[in-house]
Amino acid sequence: MTRLRQQILILHLAISSLEGKTIAWAFFDGAAPAEKKQMQSGDEETPPYDSVLAAMRDGWNVLQVPTLPIYIPGHEHEGGHLPYEYVLERKVDLDNLPG
Amino acid sequence: MITYQDEFLEQKTPADADIGVDKKYLLTATQMARFVTDGFLMVENIVPEQLNEAVYRDEKSGIPGYRFWKESDNIRAVFELPRVKGIIQGLLGKKPVYDHSFLHVVAAGKTTAQNWHADSIIDLRPLAFDVQSFYFSHDTPKEMGPTLILPGSHLRKVNTESIGRYKNIVGQRQLVAKAGTIVFMHHGIWHCAQPNFTEQTRYVFKLRLQPGEEQRGLFNTDDIRSEEVSKIINKDGYREWQGNEARLEHNRRAALWRYVTGNDTVDESFEKSFYRMSI
Repeated sequence: MTRLRQQILILHLAISSLEGKTIAWAFFDGAAPAEKKQMQSGDEETPPYDSVLAAMRDGWNVLQVPTLPIYIPGHEHEGGHLPYEYVLERKVDLDNLPG
Repeated sequence: MITYQDEFLEQKTPADADIGVDKKYLLTATQMARFVTDGFLMVENIVPEQLNEAVYRDEKSGIPGYRFWKESDNIRAVFELPRVKGIIQGLLGKKPVYDHSFLHVVAAGKTTAQNWHADSIIDLRPLAFDVQSFYFSHDTPKEMGPTLILPGSHLRKVNTESIGRYKNIVGQRQLVAKAGTIVFMHHGIWHCAQPNFTEQTRYVFKLRLQPGEEQRGLFNTDDIRSEEVSKIINKDGYREWQGNEARLEHNRRAALWRYVTGNDTVDESFEKSFYRMSI
């Protein structure tokens, strides 16, 4: 049985370019046992990477490039979720986890 | 004077029955600009020490959270203080309507954080807002898990926990507070409870109030065109997390500011774009 597990890193950028600055981040670790705490709201102050491109250089693969916002007439100035959400993944070996 | 929904609907008390607080206690234009821009207003030392201690005793007595408002005379006394009433009057009018309240408790050693969320349901009112007052009867340092908020997020519409996969956001802020502090929050602000790493139970009392009248010109509007107000809305409101949406965010708060001032000629929009677009 494979010992590879998926890790997901979500980076929200200031603009749609993959070089845009990271303004929010989340990490979900499929290699961590159930009893280990995942990243929690408010537990870090500095993003792990300044941009998606920086994460790619460190071995992360981009799974999702966000569709650009669509502005509906009459609602152009309204806002909701963070729009530039990139989902990245890497596979890690349980027997040789990265530091 | 806080009224209850049934009284309000039956109009048991006329709107002019209460003359309101003395003007010196009324919410100022600068405070309102902060609320409009940040989505919250933190006021320290607004409740005297003796009353903080009395409420804290009640909190520790084990009254269930949903009954605390009705069973603690001391908590209701907090919201009768002239300075507290003056802020609430400036935001919601002389007769704010009780929505709900709860005594939130985070047990000592609870190390799990809550997911990011906005309370209740997506609000369909274009500009009107409820206010959630968070009152701290005891000192709440960071390690005790004061509520985490994202300043300036209150005008971003999200559906309850649809932001639950967000974990850390640049500019997030824990509401570290001293006893006697009340944080008045716009209903839409993104927030979440935080872990309590101490050996002491953390309490915070939340009171949600609805407006009792149209929220236009309710505060002390003497300085609505001051440089300080303009700076808060035009400059201070820009935050790194807003990214490319920052100018849209600017116009959302400028629209809210125009609404609460009650003056449709007020224009603090980006590059005075309201004027340019004749809106």
